[in-house]
Formats: sequence, structure tokens, C-alpha cells
Amino acid sequence: MIRFQNVGLRYGMGRETLSDVSFEIPPRSFQFLTGPSGAGKTTLLRLLFLSLKPTRGLINFFGRDRSRIARSDLPLLRRRIGVVFQDFRLLDHMTVYENVALPLRVRGREEVSYRTDVIELLKWVGLGERMAALPPILSGGEKQRVAIARALIEQPEILLADEPTGNVDPPLARRLLRLFIEMNRLGTAVVIATHDMGLMDQVDARRMVLAGGRLDVHD
Amino acid sequence: MTDATADRLVVQSVARDRRRVSPIVPPHNLAGKALLIVIAIMTFLSSVTLGAVSLVRDTAMTWESQIAREATIQIKPADGLDMESALERAVAIAAEADGVLGARQVDREATARLLEPWLGAGLNIDELPVPRLVIVTIDPNDQPDFESIRAQLKTALPTASLDDHRTWVDRLVAMARAMVGIGVSVLGLILTATVLCVVFATRGAMAGNGHIIEVLHFVGAEGRFIARQFRVHFLITGMKGAAAGGLAAAAAFAGVAYWSARNMATPEADQAAALFGNFSIGLNGYVGVALIVVLTAILTAATTHLTVVTYLTDLDSRQPEGG
Repeated sequence: MIRFQNVGLRYGMGRETLSDVSFEIPPRSFQFLTGPSGAGKTTLLRLLFLSLKPTRGLINFFGRDRSRIARSDLPLLRRRIGVVFQDFRLLDHMTVYENVALPLRVRGREEVSYRTDVIELLKWVGLGERMAALPPILSGGEKQRVAIARALIEQPEILLADEPTGNVDPPLARRLLRLFIEMNRLGTAVVIATHDMGLMDQVDARRMVLAGGRLDVHD
Repeated sequence: MTDATADRLVVQSVARDRRRVSPIVPPHNLAGKALLIVIAIMTFLSSVTLGAVSLVRDTAMTWESQIAREATIQIKPADGLDMESALERAVAIAAEADGVLGARQVDREATARLLEPWLGAGLNIDELPVPRLVIVTIDPNDQPDFESIRAQLKTALPTASLDDHRTWVDRLVAMARAMVGIGVSVLGLILTATVLCVVFATRGAMAGNGHIIEVLHFVGAEGRFIARQFRVHFLITGMKGAAAGGLAAAAAFAGVAYWSARNMATPEADQAAALFGNFSIGLNGYVGVALIVVLTAILTAATTHLTVVTYLTDLDSRQPEGG
């Protein structure tokens, strides 16, 4: 589905943040991306959701060479990728329901066609009672679940989550992890960037370990 | 309450909320209000300047056309000169010339009225050596040969002189053109300042919306969708601000015109009317104000569009070192 071959990336004239990174994310797979702070996890995620171009190497997205993808095609590819940002990136003037429905709204879909799906998903992530709330009054965990629901609403082929449990307590972290596992069972490939060893120990999944800009994959 | 009942209540609640679904771009924020005020002020200034230039131009054209339609023959008294027959002779000479639509004496009463401010009422002009005037009405499209008329007058009436107001008209035209030129320059500066203010205020207001653009971008919105959301939002802001400024300017002109009409008989108003006509900017002036309003709103929307496109291009082009 997504394949990196000898990918290198450097910011400005500094040393390479990522060096000769090669891996593949198969469909329906589940993996953790881990490593110490500053190892390049967020940079690798940004490459994965088409927010950065590599300095060198080859990246293949859904059978297409990253370097040959036109800007106008990027939105269509991004719709196949769900992203959960570490800082949630919710729109504060929209309700929980509207934030989750946003990806469908920007595609021009009528609300009547997705209303039930959004409500079902919100109930699934435990926010059935908070649909009309605005993000500023939500707790960190609730915001996290809104962000996850927004990433999942379109049933993406791959879900990228940057430190999704970084702002929540351990019980909620376990709950969120179960949510990702459930999503994976339904057919979505999942990449969770985290440095929470406790979280990773709960699932027998592939670990992609970044250190010093290099990646080791432990299947 | 059963799950099914709860579900139905939730769906109904969301359906109710649907009527007031939040716009993608938040409708109210401080930067948006500041932008609206800046647009209103700059549109007002531009419209007032345009109206003033329009007023000066129209007035100058009126002066020019009115003066160019008339010439004056002045006959000075002299020993042995029969003023009444001299006036008749001057009228006859003028009236015979091609390009002259008519000639008439300024009669005794009218001459006395002309001198009344200086010499008082009840003046007997026969007691004073007062020059007399003949007003010659000229076809503005077919001007007479003034030199020929002058030559005939000199032969028939040595104390008569013809003033075609050419010197006065030339000076007036030069002054009017200079005023219009200055006005247009000021208008150009004001419009430039308006463009820059609107552009920078729009960009400032947009800067606070960067996170919205990014979120829309990462949830897969196409550039034209994002640009449309912001364009429409800021077009409405621009239209509101520009309409407020334009209407205030139009109201100011209408108010001055009303004051001018209400005070027509007073010396102050007569003086103002002599200089600026009826103080009305006319249909063209109001059309110009409307045009400024529309252009300001379009400028706001265009700036927004460019800002969003630039922001998105920057997001998509982010790449390390030359890659």
C-alpha cells in the first residue's frame, strides 16, 4: 500500500533527519512507530500523509510514485489516509458532530447522507452525549476521541496517529488502543507513533523503531 | 429509555441543529471586525474623494460652457455720444455676425441694479458717466469671428470694446483642469491606499485562520473548496464594509445637497452655489461610489483567494533542501 525505499530527508543544510529509511505498510496491517523524542517520528508521519517530500529515495503511495503525484491529486490521496494529530487540530467554532462530519462535508456530501454514520461513530467512540459540545469545553481524552472519529469517518485505508495517548490517562489510553485495534479488524491499516512502551506491550504488533534517523523494523 | 429511543432523540437533536450548521469559516472574530471597519473607512474616503473630484469637474465644465456662450460689448460714454443709438448700433453689428445667436442691451434698470451694491438704490445713471453693456449670446458650436466684430465696432463706435471672456475662460479652464488633475491624483493615492489597506487587513484577518486552512487541507479538501469558503466569507465582509462606507459617503453628499437646496436664498449658499453649483455629485458620482463599493468587495475576495492559494501552495510545496 505504502512503500519507502532508501528515503532520506534533511531540513535545510542540517544533518539528515531520516536516513535510508525503507519499509512497507501492507493493507490491514498494524504497527507502532517508536523511538526517542526527536528521532524523526513526526517527520516520518508527515511524509506518510503527504505533507513533506523526501530529499532522496522513493516513496510509493497506493501504486503511485510520490515524486510524480500532481498537487491537484493530493486531496484525493489524502482522503484515503486518516490522520490523528497530537494536538488534535479540531475547529473550536464547530460542534463535536460538525468536526467529525467535516471530511464528508468538504467532499460536498449532503448531511442527510452521513448523519447516521457520524452519530454511530460518535457513539462508538463514547461521545454520543457530547455531539453538540464545542471542543474548548472537552477534556483532553474527549478531544482525542473526536480527532480519532474525524480520522475514521471516511473509513480510510490507513490511519496515522501521532502520540494518540499522549494526553490521556492509562485507562483511556487502553480504551483508545482497543478502538484502533477494532478499526484495524475492520480493514484499516494502522500506524501509531508513540514512545509509550506500556501501550506497545499491550499489542503483539510490528514495531518500527527510529533512532538517529535510521529505522529498524521488528516484525 | 431504550437505545432506539435515545438514538431517535439524538438524530432529532442533530436534525434540529442542522438548521444552524456552523460555517466552515467562523463568522465573528476580532480581525474580521477590524477588517470590516478598515474597509468601511477606506471606501468612505475613496467615495468622498471621487465625489469631490466629480463635483469639481462638473462645476468647471459648467463654468466653461456658460462663459463660452456669452460675450460682452462695453460702450464707454464720450462727449457727443448718443448712448442709446450707440447701443442699438452695437446690437445690430453683433447680431449680424455669423455664430451670434442674439444680442441685447443691458437696460437702464438692469445697469442700475448692477451698480446698486456700490452706488446705492435710486441711482439715475444719466447723471454719471456709466459704461453700458450689450450681452451677445454665442453659438458655442459655431463661434463668431470676434476680430471682425471688434473691427466693425471700432469703426462705428470708437469707445466700444468687445470682451469675449477668452482670457478669463482660458484661466478658468486651466484652473479647472489643474483642480481636476489634483483631484484625480488624490483619488489615485486614496485608491492605492485603499487597495493596500484592504489587502493587508484581509491578509491580517486571514492569518488567524491558518489552522482552519490546514485542517481542511489535511482532511482532503480540495484547494478550490477551501478558497471558496474563505472567498465567500470575506466577500461578504468586504461587501458589508464597502457598502457601509459607500452609503455613508452617498448620505454625506445627499445631506450637503439637501442643505444647499434648503439654504438657496442665503448669501452663504448663493456663494457656494456660484462656486459649486447645487453641490450635487450627480448620477455619475453615485455610480462611481457604487463602483468603488463593488471593486472594494471584489478586491477583498481576490486577496483572500490569493492568500489561501499561496498558503496551500506553501503547505504542498514544503520540502527540505531543494528536494
